[in-house]
Amino acid sequence: MNNLIDLEKKINSELGTKINSTKIKHNQIYAEIDKEDLIDVTLFLKTNKNTKFKQLIDITVVDYPEKPQRFKIVYLFLSHEFNQRIILNYCINENEVIPSLTSIFPSANWMEREVFDMYGVNFKDHPDLRRILTDYGFEGHPLRKDFPLTGHTEVRYNEDQKKVISEPVKLEQNYRNFDYESPWEGTKYIKELKENNDKKN
Amino acid sequence: MTKKIKNLNLNFGPQHPAAHGVLRLILELDGEVVEKADPHIGLLHRGTEKLIENKTYMQAVPYFDRLDYVAPMNQEHAFALAIEKILDIDVPIRGQFIRVMFCEIGRILSHILNVTTQALDVGALTPSLWGFEERETLMTFYERASGSRLHANYFRAGGVHQDLPAGLETDILKFCETFPKIINDLENLLTDNRIFKQRNVDIGIVTKQDALDYSFSGVMIRGSGVPWDLRKSQPYDCYEQLEFKVPVGKNGDCYDRYLCRIEEMKESVSIIKQCLAKMEKGPVKTFDGKITPPSKKEIKQSMEALIHHFKLFTEGYRVPEDEIYTAVEAPKGEFGVYLISDGSNKPYKCKIRAPGFSHLQSMDYLIKGHMLADVPAVLGSLDIVFGEVDR
Repeated sequence: MNNLIDLEKKINSELGTKINSTKIKHNQIYAEIDKEDLIDVTLFLKTNKNTKFKQLIDITVVDYPEKPQRFKIVYLFLSHEFNQRIILNYCINENEVIPSLTSIFPSANWMEREVFDMYGVNFKDHPDLRRILTDYGFEGHPLRKDFPLTGHTEVRYNEDQKKVISEPVKLEQNYRNFDYESPWEGTKYIKELKENNDKKN
Repeated sequence: MTKKIKNLNLNFGPQHPAAHGVLRLILELDGEVVEKADPHIGLLHRGTEKLIENKTYMQAVPYFDRLDYVAPMNQEHAFALAIEKILDIDVPIRGQFIRVMFCEIGRILSHILNVTTQALDVGALTPSLWGFEERETLMTFYERASGSRLHANYFRAGGVHQDLPAGLETDILKFCETFPKIINDLENLLTDNRIFKQRNVDIGIVTKQDALDYSFSGVMIRGSGVPWDLRKSQPYDCYEQLEFKVPVGKNGDCYDRYLCRIEEMKESVSIIKQCLAKMEKGPVKTFDGKITPPSKKEIKQSMEALIHHFKLFTEGYRVPEDEIYTAVEAPKGEFGVYLISDGSNKPYKCKIRAPGFSHLQSMDYLIKGHMLADVPAVLGSLDIVFGEVDR
């Protein structure tokens, strides 16, 4: 844990203005940066002898349709040497193009393709930005919050045309999304009571 | 007159027995030498992450069984740990031992499948016949604990669903006594086998640096000589109390990865034995009644318990707003869950980090310059399962 605090200080002092904010939680460092500084920060984290975040674990996006900057891009790094993890993030608008990490980490290739496929975020300088998980000729970006769970099209084998065709989804029964959530704040007070009791003891 | 020679494009799969599932691999061949490999994945894409966003936390667990379907409980473990860390709840020690034990059973399940099918891909039939018999025994253990051979749905945030049935512990112990002999038999068939070595030694070599750059984890990075195991370096549950070694390879080729898997199976047997020895009677899940459903007996007698049961199975429990990444050492490598909760009863976002995804991505780098016949050998040693690659 001490190491993490040291690392946080180190990052803040070395990178200075490039880091907007940091926090330590769950044994990990969360750092917020600006889109323009991504390459610099990543290179620093990878090559500096006190950080050595040599492995990119994953790239993902969180969609907040109601916020002015819709997408939060998240990068997870791991340092084997110091046994630490860092999570970088920044927010962008819907149509912004973001820098690609493929020149620093070759493994970013498919991760960015997945982000592009699932959220429709575009990358600059990506060598091969194609869809990866969805079907050939698929339209839309399924992990966006405004994409319906059932999707827009379904595929079936057409006996007459002797091939697989895709057509708009027809449901015999509407998708039923039961909202069981009760409006009352339920569980909090028990935990608070418990904590208070623990403090007394 | 010069003749123009065109490279041949070959579709490997999606219906090919050595593709280990639905992989469409487009190979560009110059004679018999592979120039380029372009894996097309997603033929088994089911939108797991989207589905999880629309389910309560308890309903989301079964989706994790369907990712890497040869070692289901290891995935559930990552999800359970993520929720536990956010909710800040402790798991009773017996629950931890049961979880670790079943994770190691999962590791053996996965490694048997991989080692034997890799042998099958390079031409040896017998290992798979012997190995699958043992897998069946292990899956009956799964069934006796959870009610299902494969899709267990057994781990919960705060422990496991229910205690082990009577007699299961002695049967698992018996298996631990007999299983090392089977590993020996498999080794006798393969380790010094001339054909097996010809097909695997010095094939698909990964250097240390490339293993890091390509985000390898698990056996793929250990085979290249990086001693990295999350069970040791970032221990979760009761792994700190257990003694085990982490086998590390030297050359980073297919053969070293095979040897690592064999050694890991031996270690797993020893971990299971230690778990059984240290396990004492006790609760298997947390007592927090707002997360753990009440027992059947309580429901019959207590109004309060009935209400809790109803609320837990309709509304589910709420998880406070937070953001977390938790990873476990699944048989195939680092399996991680990046979970964002928003205080409601459903996850706002649940990104699944599957080890196979980044392993398969390196196919082009691994296979370039190799012969066509090496493709199944390399693919076999990557340990790909499409449930987790496609998600």
